[in-house]
Amino acid sequence: MGVIMGHEPNGKPGWPKTVKEWLFTLDHKVIGVWYLIGSIASFAVAGLAAMLMRIELGSIGPDITGDGNVYNLWLTMHGAVMILGFQIPALLGFVANYAVPIMIGAKDMAFPRVNAMSVWLLWSGILLALANLVIPDHFNGMWTGYPPYSTSDAAGNTALYSLVVIVLGMSSVFGAVNLACTVAFMRCKGMGWFQMPMTAWCVFTANIIQLIFVPVLAASVLLLSLDRYLGFGFYNPETGGDVLLYQNLFWFYSHPAVYVILLPFMGIIFEIFSASAKNMVFSYKATVFAVLAFIPAGGDVWVHHAFVAGLPDWLRVLQSFTTLLISLPFGLLMLSLVGTLYKGAIRYSGPMIWALGAWVMLIFGGLTGIPNALSSIDYGISDSYVVMSHFHYVMAVAGTMATFGAVFYWFPKLTGRICNEFLTKLSGITFFIGMNVVMAPLYFAGIEGMPRRYMDYQQFADNPTIVNAQYWSTIGAYITFLAVLLMLVAWIHGMLKGKKSSQNPWGSQSLEWTSAALIAGQGNFPSPVEVVEDWHPYNYIDNPKPTYITVASNS
Amino acid sequence: MKIKSLSYKALGALLALPLIPTLAYAFQMEIATKNNYEGLTPQAHWNEMWSEVMWDITIIGAIYFAIALFFLFRYRRTEHNQVGKSPKLSAQAIIGWVVLPCMLFLGDDLFLFVKAFDLHNQMREVPAHAQTIKVTASMWNWNYDYGNGVDTDNELRVPVGKPVVFRMTSDDVIHSHYLNGYHVTEDVMPGRVTWEWIMPVKVGESVITCREYCGANHSRMYGKLIVMKQANYDAWMVSALADAKAESGHRIASTTVGKAIKNIAASKINKGQEG
Repeated sequence: MGVIMGHEPNGKPGWPKTVKEWLFTLDHKVIGVWYLIGSIASFAVAGLAAMLMRIELGSIGPDITGDGNVYNLWLTMHGAVMILGFQIPALLGFVANYAVPIMIGAKDMAFPRVNAMSVWLLWSGILLALANLVIPDHFNGMWTGYPPYSTSDAAGNTALYSLVVIVLGMSSVFGAVNLACTVAFMRCKGMGWFQMPMTAWCVFTANIIQLIFVPVLAASVLLLSLDRYLGFGFYNPETGGDVLLYQNLFWFYSHPAVYVILLPFMGIIFEIFSASAKNMVFSYKATVFAVLAFIPAGGDVWVHHAFVAGLPDWLRVLQSFTTLLISLPFGLLMLSLVGTLYKGAIRYSGPMIWALGAWVMLIFGGLTGIPNALSSIDYGISDSYVVMSHFHYVMAVAGTMATFGAVFYWFPKLTGRICNEFLTKLSGITFFIGMNVVMAPLYFAGIEGMPRRYMDYQQFADNPTIVNAQYWSTIGAYITFLAVLLMLVAWIHGMLKGKKSSQNPWGSQSLEWTSAALIAGQGNFPSPVEVVEDWHPYNYIDNPKPTYITVASNS
Repeated sequence: MKIKSLSYKALGALLALPLIPTLAYAFQMEIATKNNYEGLTPQAHWNEMWSEVMWDITIIGAIYFAIALFFLFRYRRTEHNQVGKSPKLSAQAIIGWVVLPCMLFLGDDLFLFVKAFDLHNQMREVPAHAQTIKVTASMWNWNYDYGNGVDTDNELRVPVGKPVVFRMTSDDVIHSHYLNGYHVTEDVMPGRVTWEWIMPVKVGESVITCREYCGANHSRMYGKLIVMKQANYDAWMVSALADAKAESGHRIASTTVGKAIKNIAASKINKGQEG
């Protein structure tokens, strides 16, 4: 299929030419790119914070800072910016905004102006978060912001923390409403719910989760500031409040937030697996229901973040069980991923290497979640490196590899060029090795009792496992740093000198590759797309071609 | 017809699959509770459970990896225009591929859950004859009050072979009391009293750390747990008690004098204001 020209209102495929057009755009693709730039910038800041922490932890004693406050600032920035500034915007911003509308054959998002508002709210939130690095009373209460620490003077500027979370939460809610409406009402003619790509399903479900749970988070952090500055005392035992209230409210959102990140990146892995293996997603309908099952299943497990927080024992045992039940939908998704490879025709393209890395990390991360779900096991490993290593495997490593895999996957649509395959693969493999060298030793340090959020560990000086693990982990951080540099080189090289891409470089059946121009212009499609009942984004054998509905022209 | 009803029966049997490990474990549980605290201390029980969970996830992971690696190798694209040929699933097959894996996962979940529940009961039931030690956390200090006037900072001494329960609270922010090697962690917070208990069976030292972020010196909030022979512990307690008596006598004296001085100063200031 040749290159199809986009149309209306500019009529030309491609990106806006002027700065003004970029800034005041309502086009979902340009907004998606703004999300991408914001999230990559956040990744750089939070990644450098991680690098500094790893250098500090490489050996016992102060290495680059002896000041706990400085270290805690890095740690707070790392957690908050990685989750709220990088992962959620990259997945629910870039992937949801840039890719999903074209995938479902929509000409734009349902509410383009709301969309522009969401992205600029995100940028405000990111800039506010970065301000934390320069203000004198920086907030250092971690991304979780537990009171009474976060409502004490020692924590710094609680108001900034509340504001950042609320601004980013607003951005998320607007984005969620927008995307849910887009998926529900703007699918192209003939496309049923069960003809949507997995990415669209996963992003849709993630946004439903956002809609249900984000308001609770916003309330919980608002109460923090009311406590701190106006003396309300919701979380203050001296005035009849309770410190545990915050943890219940906070994790009521922040556990489902894990699935807000997990589902879209699993959707990307499905997308890349299916396109690379040219194979139907295994048991597609059942997989879709497994994705939807995360809404109820993810909503009643938040207590596992507080197994040792003094909550009633019956609640711990109950939610230990509900947490284990997550293995059912998650297991079905993992089964479907391996099933998608069965009898496939797998081509190991650049994005496939990143997706494979993400998948392997997801297996490690998923399995190491099982011991954490058992409340009695958790008494021994709570708040240790075991927990830290587990969620970094799922979120930080699998999530990041899939997100960057998505950038490589849609890179030809963004720039019209393909990244150098060797550099893509080399950076992916280096990243995979680097992050494993970071995280695997720390798991064993955690079993030995190493707690999280420590800037030093002289109490464990005579434990060789912990000391060696910290050392090797820092080596791994350098490898990862190198991998990220390689990846940036691959992107910049691809943008400037990459090989010109064909219309459909990965041989996908999804609409963004088959029916929109390679670099789609405003309106995405030359004229509205129609698919028939037998069409499926993952049918590689006898897929009926999508057709265009010709619109009566004015002339 | 016959085949269909048979397959329904098979499905019904599958639904009962998760119950098998649970029932099997019910017998074991009897034994575990009988042996309570004699042969199997909570920490040893925890270690046993931990290695079982590790085996469990390693086996699942190994099977999954073996299948995945086989597929990745076997189904490489060899020709340019090759496409995947995964079989189209019938409705029954889809249901089967949901029910069978779910029952397997559920079976493993229940198996682990029941065992963990048993361990939970052991770790959360304090023996009647346990000694109580009050723990007060503050930024960044652990204070241990033995209930007889003796208290220590960042150093916890207990006799070997006797269960100890900690009743814990905090003066400022949330901390978390963790005893390395005993696998107990419990948050310590203002406004509530939380607890954990241990059964020390070996003389020796281990590290106590804070496990909930509590500010600049979070990583320096640590202490030492010293498990002593009963005789040594008694000797230490006698001398600590004598010290505490001397100390408290001194403290009362100083506070009385201090109060008197304060009262005088305050009355002078008041008079000055009136004048």
